[in-house]
Amino acid sequence: MRTSNSHELLWMVAVSTCIKLLLVPSYHSTDFEVHRHWMAITSSLPLEEWYLDETSEWTLDYPPFFAWFERFLALFASYVDPRMVDLVGGLNYSSETVILFHRVTVMAADSVLYWGLWRFCRKFPIEKQRIVYAAVAFSPGLLMVDHVHFQYNGFLLGILLLSLSCLREGRNVMGGFWFSVLVCFKHLFAVAGPIYFVYLLRHHCRGSSWFAKFFVLGSTVLSVVGVAFGPFIYYGQMGQVLKRLFPFGRGLCHAYWAPNFWSLYNTTDKVLAAALRLLGVDLPTPKAAMTGGLVGDSSGHVVLPKVTPAVTGLLVLVAMLPCMIRIWRKPRRSEVVQWIVYSYICGYMFGWHVHEKAALHFVVPLSLLIVDSVEASVDFVFISTVSYYSLFPLLFEGKEYPIKVLLLFLYTYGITIYQTHYFGDLQARQLNESGDGQTEPVEPTVSKSSFSASKVNWKVDYSFQEVELIGSWKKLYLCGLIPVELYSQFLHPFVFKDRLPFVPLMLISVYCAVGLFYSWAKQLRACFKESKSEVLSKVH
Amino acid sequence: MAVQEGEIREEEEDEARVGSRKRKGAPRRLGKRKEPTAAVQEEWRWPYCSRYRSTCFLVMGFAFLLRVLVSLHSYSGAGTRPKFGDYEAQRHWMEITVHTPVAEWYRNTTDNDLTWWGLDYPPVTAYQSFVHGWMIHAVEPEAVALHSSRGYESPSSKILMRWTVLSSDMLVFFPAALWFINEFYSKYREKQRVWALAMVLLHPALMLIDHGHFQYNCISLGLAIAAAAAVISERRLLACVLFSLSLNHKQMSAYYAPAFLAHLLGRCFQSKNLFQALFGVIELGITVILTFTVCWWPYLESKETALELLSRLAPMQRGLYEDYVANFWCGTAMLFKWKQQFAMGTLAKLALGATISACLPSMVQQIYAPSRKGFVYSMLNCSLAFYFFSYQVHEKSVLLPVIPVSLLAIEEPQVVQWFIPFATFSMLPLLLRDGLLLPYIALMLLFFLISRFPTYSFERSVATSHPRLTRQLPTGFVVSSVLGAGVLHLMYFGLQPPRRYPYLFEALIMAYTFAHFVPLALYMNWKQWSLPRDVTVKQKLV
Repeated sequence: MRTSNSHELLWMVAVSTCIKLLLVPSYHSTDFEVHRHWMAITSSLPLEEWYLDETSEWTLDYPPFFAWFERFLALFASYVDPRMVDLVGGLNYSSETVILFHRVTVMAADSVLYWGLWRFCRKFPIEKQRIVYAAVAFSPGLLMVDHVHFQYNGFLLGILLLSLSCLREGRNVMGGFWFSVLVCFKHLFAVAGPIYFVYLLRHHCRGSSWFAKFFVLGSTVLSVVGVAFGPFIYYGQMGQVLKRLFPFGRGLCHAYWAPNFWSLYNTTDKVLAAALRLLGVDLPTPKAAMTGGLVGDSSGHVVLPKVTPAVTGLLVLVAMLPCMIRIWRKPRRSEVVQWIVYSYICGYMFGWHVHEKAALHFVVPLSLLIVDSVEASVDFVFISTVSYYSLFPLLFEGKEYPIKVLLLFLYTYGITIYQTHYFGDLQARQLNESGDGQTEPVEPTVSKSSFSASKVNWKVDYSFQEVELIGSWKKLYLCGLIPVELYSQFLHPFVFKDRLPFVPLMLISVYCAVGLFYSWAKQLRACFKESKSEVLSKVH
Repeated sequence: MAVQEGEIREEEEDEARVGSRKRKGAPRRLGKRKEPTAAVQEEWRWPYCSRYRSTCFLVMGFAFLLRVLVSLHSYSGAGTRPKFGDYEAQRHWMEITVHTPVAEWYRNTTDNDLTWWGLDYPPVTAYQSFVHGWMIHAVEPEAVALHSSRGYESPSSKILMRWTVLSSDMLVFFPAALWFINEFYSKYREKQRVWALAMVLLHPALMLIDHGHFQYNCISLGLAIAAAAAVISERRLLACVLFSLSLNHKQMSAYYAPAFLAHLLGRCFQSKNLFQALFGVIELGITVILTFTVCWWPYLESKETALELLSRLAPMQRGLYEDYVANFWCGTAMLFKWKQQFAMGTLAKLALGATISACLPSMVQQIYAPSRKGFVYSMLNCSLAFYFFSYQVHEKSVLLPVIPVSLLAIEEPQVVQWFIPFATFSMLPLLLRDGLLLPYIALMLLFFLISRFPTYSFERSVATSHPRLTRQLPTGFVVSSVLGAGVLHLMYFGLQPPRRYPYLFEALIMAYTFAHFVPLALYMNWKQWSLPRDVTVKQKLV
């Protein structure tokens, strides 16, 4: 069987690039101006002033490699339109050429994503490659965040995929190298650091020459970090750089609560406060007023204890602890993707000032596991739909409304249909093999995971019932997104006019948080499962 | 493997058609495979329906998404005072139809200044404008206010206007295309049918004109496709109604009229005796007249009102052709100055004569030997004849031949992949004027990609459908023609035209595409004549 399938990847990349080209005139957020300004900072100021400049409110707050990346883009930008990289004259400059240029840079930078994807999948059987490629290339999250809202997540996730593919192949030093490069591009990816550390320590640094291996790995990682931050240490600016990278003053939650644990926490606090007030208990009013759809800094909890950055950090670590213990005991490279995914979910669920865009950090790597087992694929459909839906408030303008709805709907529908057929075919083949009498009857691995009850009569009743991917209550939850959306978009403005403007976003956030909290628990359980891919790989 | 699995199942379906030729190759495993897949097929629960249905659904969803994406872009006459463009024309018609009585829609009154984008499409367009106008009036009355709304452009009204086209497309064109594919290609494999549907829904020409440039061709063309589907499914009276509606939405549908006329006449003459044939013709005639009467009812009060309307529909003063159209008159204008040599009246007669004689071969074939396939070829040939020779042809008229070509996707895959890009290319100057360069590039690339879907090998499907009739285009020819088009694109975007000939590149594009259309028209006419006669219903039953 042919294993290299790069032409199909290229085909999908080209199709999704066409969609991205059509998205050029759509809405772009202030992030567009942020990146344009960083380009201007890095190209017109010397290195030692990069993290000091305050010409605009959009100061440089990404690690040095990203700044260098902007410096690299500025090389081309100055050819296209010199005003774009002018520190003062370019402020809020957004002509059509500038927008087109920036959009094209995002599309071009996505090639790293596809490189990482291809590198990860190249050994997969062909149908599996096809579905994973489709799941990443047409991801509505990436399209919405990178190509409408404007960011470079595809490029960064590409580096993560490169790292994961190296780890999966057992090339641990390269995996560590790419991960440290990634963290020096965007420090938010550092959440997986503890998992990487434990995994590399236990998987790589063993045997007789463990110290030599440890030394090589450590010096690789440190030299990457050194190249990135060395100049700033030399200029004595490390404190300033760190202050820029970790602005803890921003509060526990973003304006729109990312659907995580803190969203539930905040809501509980509000509800309790309201209930107690009704009972006549005198409570201090929180500092942050809930106006204009912005719930803002919610550190002013009234009933529940106040949350500090240290608490959130500790909680993230505690959540990751079971997984780390598991890695310590059985460091297997086949399961490393699952663990990294889990660590990013932990960061998302319990982190300080999490932005909803961070959902991409776990959804995209999770799509690599999409057809490892029925359970994984169900989890993927569930998590991707919920977390991509939670990105909807990012694009609030009318003209993009049908686009985001169609993108999400078609994606979820397409992936579900394709997976259904994939597993149906897989079973058909298993049955044929067993029916021919040449091979031993294969365990119905597909059904085993999620439908153990029907195991007995699998030969008769094996066909579709078991491949029906999403269980009924999950389906109900996903369908519940529709009334939530209808209420928040249409019914709420109709019923309440301008009153209670925060309710729609809070509703979306809380509803999605429930689903993601469940998914987090599922992923925790998945970390302790034997990898399905080995079992299934017998079939191919 | 997913693909192979699917194919085997589809081959089973094909077996009845292909006969024993394939049965030899089918291994005994087929019987065993049948079980699971049959069980899979029995399930029609949403969203777990059959592969064919779900893929069709996905294709339609994707086509809709693309239309929404194109509608983000600019439109004809965006922000260009004082005259604006087609967008303003459509908006103005809504304004007029909402605020003035029906009888005055085509009459010059104080409220309806016909020199400002006066209504010059048949009544169904006016009714459609009325319905859409009321919808917009309910949400944003300023957008269609009488007098004061001229040139009204706001972000929200743009969304509303775009949605009127999007919804018409979804309600008329999509179902019509699906119906046609299911009727016309009912004996083909499901995968091929999905591909054909994608070719009809995803070709760039219609998307760019309707959702970019701004028009409602999807309604008239959708009705024409539905009429064709009705013809193919032997519902002739329904076909007459649908086609009359299409004609009454946009007079341009007359490009297909000879094909419908010839095929339906030919079908009638197939009857056993003269009486039945005559009865059939009268039946069709009455249906057409009735439909027209209903559509024209408000204007049939007196002879004047009807003539008033008629004179609006045939604006003779507009000239032989507009801008640079890749047709005969414009293509040979370099050699012979038609417009200078002849008076307008003579030109009109000349055009009429040329059009009819160009349609004749195709019509004669359909009257003599009507067939389903031949009918669609005839739609193409007649519309090409009109495009080449008729009076007052616009660049956008190329949409009319584009539609039958896309309908023939499985029959003529190479023609589809070759003609549609060139037809879109011939509209490039128009699209560039509208600021639609980016969607033009994206949709052309996308069409190229979709027509080469990785798991769909069209060469093989051609070889199995009719090996004898298909002639592969020589590679050298294809490469040189595409290279030529590429060079023209580069020249058009990159070079300044010489001062003496400011429209040199437009003329070159026109001449180049015209040179491509001529052999296509000849080939398609030859192809139509070499088609076998349909087996009649009676023979089929035996």
